[in-house]
Amino acid sequence: MKTLLQLDDVHTGYGLTEILHGVSLTVNDGEIVTVLGANGAGKSTLLMTICGVNPTREGDILFDGQSIANRPAHEIVRAGISQSPEGRRIFPRLTVRENLEMGAYQSGRLDNLDRMFTFFPILKERQKQLGGTLSGGEQQMLAIARALMACPRLLLLDEPSLGLAPLIVIKIFEIIREINQAGTAILLVEQNANMALHIAHRGYVLETGRIVLADTAPNLVNNDQVKKSYLGA
Amino acid sequence: MNGAVELETIIGGISRGAIYALIALGYTMVYGILGMINFAHGEIYMVGSFAAIVTLAILTTLTSASFGLAGCLVLSMGAAMLVAAAFGFTNERIAYRPLRRSHALAPLISAIGVSTFLQNFVMNAQTKDKVDFPRAFSDPLWERKLEIVGVHVALIQLIVLAMAVGLMVLLHLFITRSRTGKAMRACSQDKTMAALVGIPVDRVISLTFAVGSALAAAAGMMFTMYNGQTRFDVGYTAGVTAFTAAVLGGIGNIPGAMLGGFVIGLVEDLTAYHLGADWKYVAVFALLITVLIVRPRGLLGERVADKV
Repeated sequence: MKTLLQLDDVHTGYGLTEILHGVSLTVNDGEIVTVLGANGAGKSTLLMTICGVNPTREGDILFDGQSIANRPAHEIVRAGISQSPEGRRIFPRLTVRENLEMGAYQSGRLDNLDRMFTFFPILKERQKQLGGTLSGGEQQMLAIARALMACPRLLLLDEPSLGLAPLIVIKIFEIIREINQAGTAILLVEQNANMALHIAHRGYVLETGRIVLADTAPNLVNNDQVKKSYLGA
Repeated sequence: MNGAVELETIIGGISRGAIYALIALGYTMVYGILGMINFAHGEIYMVGSFAAIVTLAILTTLTSASFGLAGCLVLSMGAAMLVAAAFGFTNERIAYRPLRRSHALAPLISAIGVSTFLQNFVMNAQTKDKVDFPRAFSDPLWERKLEIVGVHVALIQLIVLAMAVGLMVLLHLFITRSRTGKAMRACSQDKTMAALVGIPVDRVISLTFAVGSALAAAAGMMFTMYNGQTRFDVGYTAGVTAFTAAVLGGIGNIPGAMLGGFVIGLVEDLTAYHLGADWKYVAVFALLITVLIVRPRGLLGERVADKV
């Protein structure tokens, strides 16, 4: 399997505080990889660093063999990485449709709208509504759809289940799997470790800015440490 | 009270208000996207007024006015808008962008510096005296009066109003329909997310300054044509008044800036007519204070939680 994303000893932080102390991980073509970790472990920081929002202070990030470390965020989107961030960050005063159009800012693939409306029929119904008026679950679907409008080769998902009703969580994870089966690699950050390990191929455990464990998803499910800390067993 | 004169005053106030609205848009757009008050914006307006006069002088001396009156006015406005856009763009690059990650006061102080710099630059490079708008271009527009049911309106007032409203309609179409305009709104709502969907945020900010500056220059050209004169320091009063309009309408809100401009133009002219010109700023600022007490976000302002 071809390596799509490779992080090599990545350090980053805010101001004088270092958050990631040398993170290395890989995502291969077609994979779902999950990063587990407690609040404040640096999961969101990790995704924002990949996307070029946070600087890479040391180390390197390779996407498809090319270094993307410290490239401007919009160039990283053009290269083929898009993110549905923590808290969804829907543009509240753009309509649902405009939010999706912004997702296609680099790709120009407005023809993807129909595909998104098939994935998420509720978004088609609500396309003229302002993004800020949607419910949490609808906003999550919109955030994922908006990221997919970029036609990414790698989709980064930050806590897609946060704050959603269990039935909607199941639906979102079904959709994530569908997207993956259609050929998009996924890097999934989750606190809901059960669901994440259920659909992922491989996983990493991030603790205070360091990768402490890396294995296949089935092995992680059976790992005592993971069970105790993340699966509530 | 004379009804016809009253109406004429109102029409005058609306024309003047349209000009304030154009300037206020620049304040509100920059605030919307960067959360800063660009105190040098009034000076961009002033630069626009000079650029228009210089362009007219060039057109009349070098090309023997073969463009006709309307052609020359349109060309001078276009040139003023381009020059001002270049100034606004450069202003942001040099004086604001390097400070974007520093303390919130830094760009504000830098803006005051740019304002002083531009005033003194124009004073030295051009003149410290008043400069007349070429009468050959403005007089014919003042002399043509239209009479509608006893109300006299100078052609120039209608032209100013029509051009200003036209520019506002264009701006509205740009920000609601075009890809770049939507990106501008996205940036004003969440810059990090805008970057994450692939919008080149810095380029959008540059463009916002350029567009706001071009509108201010159009206002500068029209106001000078309307008033007859400009000077290196006209940007101060116009700037403060337009900033007031932006705050009155709800800073950061584009329709609010337009509304605020019209309201202030009307209040100024109606006060001047009824109480005397000396009272107009008293009325304007009394209104501003009242609105801010009753509706702290301005007339059309939104809740902060929803904002930038």
